[in-house]
Amino acid sequence: MGESGIGARVQRVEDRRFITGKGNYTDDINRPGQLHAHFVRSPHAHARIRSVGIAEAQAAPGVVAVYTGNDLRKFVPTSDDLEESPIGDLICGWLIHSKNGEPMKAGSHPAIARDTVRHVGDQVAVVIAETKRQARDAAELVEVDYEVLDAVADPLKARASGAPQVHDVATGNLVYEWELGDKAKTDEAFRNAHHVTKLNIVNNRLVPNAMEPRAAIGDYDPGTGVFTLYVTSQNPHVARLVLSAFVGIAPENKLRVIAPDVGGGFGSKIFIYAEEVVCLWAARRLARPVKWNADRSEAFLTDAHGRDHVTDAELAMDEKGKILGLRVHTTANMGAYLSTFASAVPTYLYATLLSGQYDIPAIHAEVDAVYTHTAPVDAYRGAGRPEATFVVERLVEVAAREMGIDPASFRKRNFVKKFPHQTPVIMSYDIGDYAASLNKALELIDYKGVGKRKREALKRGKLLGVGLSAYIEACGIAPSKAVGSLGAGVGLWESAEVRVNPVGTVEVLTGSHSHGQGHETTFAQLVCDRLGIPLDQVSIVHGDTDKVQFGMGTYGSRSGAVGMSAISKALDKVVAKAKKVASHLLEAAEADIEFKDGKFTVAGTDKSLDWSAVSLGAYVAHGFPSDEIEPGLKEGAFYDPVNFTFPAGCHVCECEIDLETGKTEVVNWVAVDDFGVIINPMIVEGQVHGGIAQGVGQALLEGCVYDEAGQLVTGSFNDYAMPRADDLPNFQVDVTVTPCPSNPLGIKGCGEAGAIAAPAALVNAITDALGHEDITMPATPQRVWRALQKSKMPAAAE
Amino acid sequence: MPSITITVNGREVTSEVEPRTLLVEFLREQLRLTGTHVGCDTSQCGACVVHVGGRAVKSCTTLAVQCDQAEVTTIEGLARDGVLHPMQEAFREHHGLQCGYCTPGMIMAAVDIVNRHGMPDEKTVREELDGNLCRCTGYHNIVKAILAAAEKMQGAGQPIAAE
Repeated sequence: MGESGIGARVQRVEDRRFITGKGNYTDDINRPGQLHAHFVRSPHAHARIRSVGIAEAQAAPGVVAVYTGNDLRKFVPTSDDLEESPIGDLICGWLIHSKNGEPMKAGSHPAIARDTVRHVGDQVAVVIAETKRQARDAAELVEVDYEVLDAVADPLKARASGAPQVHDVATGNLVYEWELGDKAKTDEAFRNAHHVTKLNIVNNRLVPNAMEPRAAIGDYDPGTGVFTLYVTSQNPHVARLVLSAFVGIAPENKLRVIAPDVGGGFGSKIFIYAEEVVCLWAARRLARPVKWNADRSEAFLTDAHGRDHVTDAELAMDEKGKILGLRVHTTANMGAYLSTFASAVPTYLYATLLSGQYDIPAIHAEVDAVYTHTAPVDAYRGAGRPEATFVVERLVEVAAREMGIDPASFRKRNFVKKFPHQTPVIMSYDIGDYAASLNKALELIDYKGVGKRKREALKRGKLLGVGLSAYIEACGIAPSKAVGSLGAGVGLWESAEVRVNPVGTVEVLTGSHSHGQGHETTFAQLVCDRLGIPLDQVSIVHGDTDKVQFGMGTYGSRSGAVGMSAISKALDKVVAKAKKVASHLLEAAEADIEFKDGKFTVAGTDKSLDWSAVSLGAYVAHGFPSDEIEPGLKEGAFYDPVNFTFPAGCHVCECEIDLETGKTEVVNWVAVDDFGVIINPMIVEGQVHGGIAQGVGQALLEGCVYDEAGQLVTGSFNDYAMPRADDLPNFQVDVTVTPCPSNPLGIKGCGEAGAIAAPAALVNAITDALGHEDITMPATPQRVWRALQKSKMPAAAE
Repeated sequence: MPSITITVNGREVTSEVEPRTLLVEFLREQLRLTGTHVGCDTSQCGACVVHVGGRAVKSCTTLAVQCDQAEVTTIEGLARDGVLHPMQEAFREHHGLQCGYCTPGMIMAAVDIVNRHGMPDEKTVREELDGNLCRCTGYHNIVKAILAAAEKMQGAGQPIAAE
């Protein structure tokens, strides 16, 4: 099915509703009789709650209820009464052990603070009223008596003796002290080194800022006892699991979670948040639907942030520039609470990628995870892998420069060339051709012409720099058994069900969730490819726990490699059964039935039936013995991958720095990625563009800043610089392809590559222009201008 | 409460509103025209852009009472008789949207850019988009879509007004 099958540049089927204003986002949904919630949030980073005065708010117009943390108690299972015990805390689902064997120190994380607030924006009370404005007005009347305590926002200061404590359970604010790799072997490599390159790296804290702010509607049907949660979620089934098994709102069979159209996630909508819990709980308490939607200021204060690492890293080389060893010590800021998957990000999603694309014999990584009085930090586009890539790609670039070796040649010298390749940090790379993507990228950027372009730029008052980033990432985190052994509380497979209707149209129910990725198109392309039916005869159903049995959701670029593989497996079963049906209808042996381009043919004859005829045959069930073949045509599959996938590639950034203002302009960007088999090149290119934009944002513009007292300084789009259209160039995007051997479709995943690759490419370009390495992200004009004053200017600049 | 009369997507609506009601709240909550979105609270993101009297405005920073007697067009009113506006077509054709949340505001702003500039160059489009944030696309395909739509709108012999 060439025109809409695998590899076709098909226009997206979901677009029509979005371009006509007919999308259906959570905040677009209104339930009959719905109330509105507004949260009272702490203005302090750290304080004890002496009392919460709610009387005046309760008496305000339209107010139905005001609840504080102590009100959130469990329902008595058989009635609407409350038990004495509180509902469960929010949890962190990945258990990390410190190197001394102790489990991580997870502090209590109630949906509404009971006695202590631990970051600005922490929930103190919720006001529920007839209208949104009434709830907001009344929230002003809630009087909270705080005993303000000292706070700490900086992770290094949080480790100092005498620092304010975030949770009693975590002495010295240490969540865990974790390590990976062989310390003795790495120390040995450094002893034998000819040259050692050292860097201190700050990976700046970012706010994900999906354009749709978070929202939730809790609904409860007293007749059936069924709760429904409409929520901005990337993984509604995981939300249901946590809300049932841990928070204890309702058993899973009485809780339906619907994630309708979701306006971007980038990780921040993976997690289970306090507001969702409160809306559900209050919906039952008040027997009316309760709606909440965040304004952007609340998003800045309470969405899980990303990155925030401080790292000391060293790379050891022999005299020829062959890498001998890598040593990394990272302090990771976890914020005030451990968010849903936070603990995995600076450990198994980070240190396992520190080998990059390189054959490094010895690696030792230590990671200290630290509580601070700031918003929780969790997975944000790339999650650990951008941080790892930044460490590795900055180190190799600087090492090459220090040793007087061309950075591209240095990389090639050290690339992994034979596959499979076992790194010293768990991962076994299955396939790749790193030189191929690097070479193509160099050609596209005209690497040979860089010197000439630098001279030309200088005449215009600009310093030109070129930077490379040869990144690798691990996607489709799996198999479940392996991630379980690393501490994951869940399996990371995916499910799919393919329902063929009697007329041959198809519904695919998937546990993946689309929030911009275009699954309704790409998943349907797979079906068209297999079944030979047109695109408009395929519907993709996702985001509703009542429709899809279970699923793990969408993050970590897993939906192609894992989600589509599950669909592929289900399609195999459907085709196998349809062949059985066809053999009876065509009165031929099953082994003689061939299925191609939507047609079942008896081999060597002109006897054939098309897809819809066989589908109908399966449902009318007249033409085959029902004791041998069950009527109907519907199959499901759970797919658990055999390995991670390893997308990799090379991005090259060319930038120009204005000598007068320090403003950096990205003038050219080349991305050559190896995502394995590509389903829809148009969508893949879009994913790469968006990823690069977020990476450029991190490198040039975005930085989430807390002051010493833990106040969020960058709390709005006025203060937090998001990439805008005139901050970015057009991107040159190309691919090389090595099909992934670890899944049936050969897919590796593409959603995060840009965000992973880009920061290092851009900072390498800036430092190439500057002629020294002393710059931190975001490389604002002010920082670059200051750095320029330390640069030795080329003669022509005078 | 003051009473206002606004023509929204060609339909006259008279309604009582609290004076502090924002145009976007009026559209979303009172008229249930939920295609216009709210992405921030500082008038920075442009997800709420609609046309008032043929000009793009941010409906999150416009009071509903300011629009009394005005003509307002939202994303829902851009297509005519089921035929998409060239800007809508171009966004789809050039993959100028992913999650779709910024898209209504982007398209409304883009129509206004082309109406004012005729055939803008890429630099102009990028500068003019300064008030519209997209977190998904990196703007690459949005810019491409606007340039392509501008060409079509020129080809149609007149700037195709939304009104």
